[in-house]
Amino acid sequence: MKLTGAQALIKSLEMEQVEVMFGLPGGAILPVYDPLIDSSIRHILVRHEQGAGHMASGYAHATGRPGVAMVTSGPAATNIVTPLCDAYMDSVPVVVITGQVAYSVIGTDAFQEADTVGITMPVTKHNWLISDAQDIPRIVREAFHVATTGRPGPVLIDLPKDVANTPMDWYWPEKIDLPGYKPNVKGHPRQIKDAARLINESVRPVIYAGGGILKAGASRELRDLAELTGIPAVTTLMGRGALPDEHPLCLGMPGMHGNYTAVTSMQRADLLITLGARFDDRVTGKVSTFAPGAKIIHVDIDPAELGKVRHADVPIVGDVRTVIDELIKALKAERSKSDPPDLAPWIAQIREWQDTYPLKYTQEDGGPLKPQYVIERLRDNTPDDCILVSGVGQHQMWASQLWKFKQPNTWVNSGGLGTMGYAVPAAVGAKVGRPDRMVWAIDGDGCFQMTAQELVTAAAERIPVKIAILNNAYLGMVRQWQELFYEERYSEVYLSPDLPDYVKWAEAMGCVGMRVDNADDVVATIEKANAVDDRPVVIDFRTDWREKVYPMVPAGSSNDDIILGPEFGEGGR
Amino acid sequence: MSGSALHHILTVTVENRPGVLSRVAGLFSRRAFNITSLAVSPTDDERFSRMTIVVDAETAPLEQVVKQLNKLIPVIKITEVAPSDGVERELMLVIVKATPESRSQVTELTAIFEAKIVDVGYDSMTIMVVGEPDRLDAFSDLVKPFGIVELQRTGRIALPKLARESTRLRSVKTARG
Repeated sequence: MKLTGAQALIKSLEMEQVEVMFGLPGGAILPVYDPLIDSSIRHILVRHEQGAGHMASGYAHATGRPGVAMVTSGPAATNIVTPLCDAYMDSVPVVVITGQVAYSVIGTDAFQEADTVGITMPVTKHNWLISDAQDIPRIVREAFHVATTGRPGPVLIDLPKDVANTPMDWYWPEKIDLPGYKPNVKGHPRQIKDAARLINESVRPVIYAGGGILKAGASRELRDLAELTGIPAVTTLMGRGALPDEHPLCLGMPGMHGNYTAVTSMQRADLLITLGARFDDRVTGKVSTFAPGAKIIHVDIDPAELGKVRHADVPIVGDVRTVIDELIKALKAERSKSDPPDLAPWIAQIREWQDTYPLKYTQEDGGPLKPQYVIERLRDNTPDDCILVSGVGQHQMWASQLWKFKQPNTWVNSGGLGTMGYAVPAAVGAKVGRPDRMVWAIDGDGCFQMTAQELVTAAAERIPVKIAILNNAYLGMVRQWQELFYEERYSEVYLSPDLPDYVKWAEAMGCVGMRVDNADDVVATIEKANAVDDRPVVIDFRTDWREKVYPMVPAGSSNDDIILGPEFGEGGR
Repeated sequence: MSGSALHHILTVTVENRPGVLSRVAGLFSRRAFNITSLAVSPTDDERFSRMTIVVDAETAPLEQVVKQLNKLIPVIKITEVAPSDGVERELMLVIVKATPESRSQVTELTAIFEAKIVDVGYDSMTIMVVGEPDRLDAFSDLVKPFGIVELQRTGRIALPKLARESTRLRSVKTARG
């Protein structure tokens, strides 16, 4: 069967079971948009290419399947660099297809030419420039394989316009031949045995569960491990929901804005069972003082993570789900030989911390609306399986701290790169992937202004996402740092509460717009928003600009120097 | 160029495709590792090329370099050749000023180093030296007083040293205790 390169590309995507893609056409990708008309693949027309990338990422977070975005060459390709970098940092499987100028004119500074493969090399797991239409099915197959296996990540395929127009003989490759790519999924049995022995000897162990648990679909296994051993677990920003927050062994989020118990239990632990986490600087604080008495078991699919930041006493390369299963078997064997130590004193200590240093804020009657109050009301007035999306900043930290995640893959946010503007497009992508779920985004006013145009996409495509803007009229997290570390010298952080008018803006974009400026109206307005299911909703919550995120470990400080905040009196310790 | 005693030699087998060198070089700069020398050549299998990369041991924790390199899809295999366990060679071409008066002295040095005169001009000649990097350093130092017009080196290539003992013999010895 003869196909054009463009037809072969679309057919290859269908072979990979792509149901939906996010994109925006342009000159160099025009040939591919023609056969798309006859394809089963749904295409969502975005308003900015960055939106397409984050939508693909939100889709992948919510479904576990790779998200696909397609844009043209040059400026479109450079616009999607941020989402690629974002997905790379957070190990999200995303496949991006870019158009390219004709192969014959590459290197001549042609109109809308950019060295896309060169530009995106550092922010993709791998990328391909297609020079021969005959290679298209093979490369698409390889791209999806690389994006979704091992440590997942974004990949990019750059397709020159003349290659898209060239005829080829259709085939679908039976096998993938990548001699340099063989992820190791099975943990080393001896290492697993060593890990089991170490766990069975520890008196103050903590499970440090990261985003890898969710990527590997290992939530059930994590729970089994925690329940078998009685060992408490922290869930990192990327791993929130890996263990339900209401599980008695879940300690919540560690790190710079983690709760006191999660941070301190790691500091005092004699063993960290690290599962799909990477000792990010936002978790460790000053590395040399992080968890000084702890031995480290480190399980990761990516060998380069082992020993990168912290020496691992027992490093295990493998798929975290497989490894936990094996670890549980080894633990049972270990426990039949010798009884595990009594963890009761450790758990009692943890409970004492939890009782003494909970997350705290005060919503005064008639006082300014607290952002935390909005988040808690939202949490309590949405279904258990609601998908929560956030941007980056104070609102993100409060959301992660206060939400009670009940299921895995219900939390979508930008962790590693910290991309402001992530929430709106990622929420759209998540809702497209899970139309059966309610999708709420908690966004900041600064973030919202960066990518709000994608609500036009959502309105046009009838994708009913719901956006709660915590509008404090500031770049709040930057303001917080300027207040605490720059002697209250506020430099370029004021945004104004009513410029733009978020309600009018929402309405202009085809959404329902509402505003709340006091605590009494919060629940009723959320209920109103929940009832809308034919278009997006935006609520402009006017929140207290004075509110800061606590606890806080100042950047570069030891986690021992955690600041609890004014709710705990002067100095907050 | 080869002065540092603390260096790592990595021989990296990669897929022979366009852009692979740029991926490898990009990774080094991105992770702030410094490449001291680099040589790329085809192997006996046309699908693959071999890169010999010399890395300054002080700037780069070798384990991270190797692990990061391994993550590149076109990288097939990485072997570390410890300086004491490897056979290293490098080739140098140098144009030395050689007037009729000094020509015989330069020729003499060339003979001592078992180097080769590959081109002769009116007042200079081109000499090719092959050997261990230290030897090349020594030669360039010695001809410097005559005047070096131009000098080029290939960067080193290396292979592991071979076992001196027959494996069969060793197994016999082991069997006897």
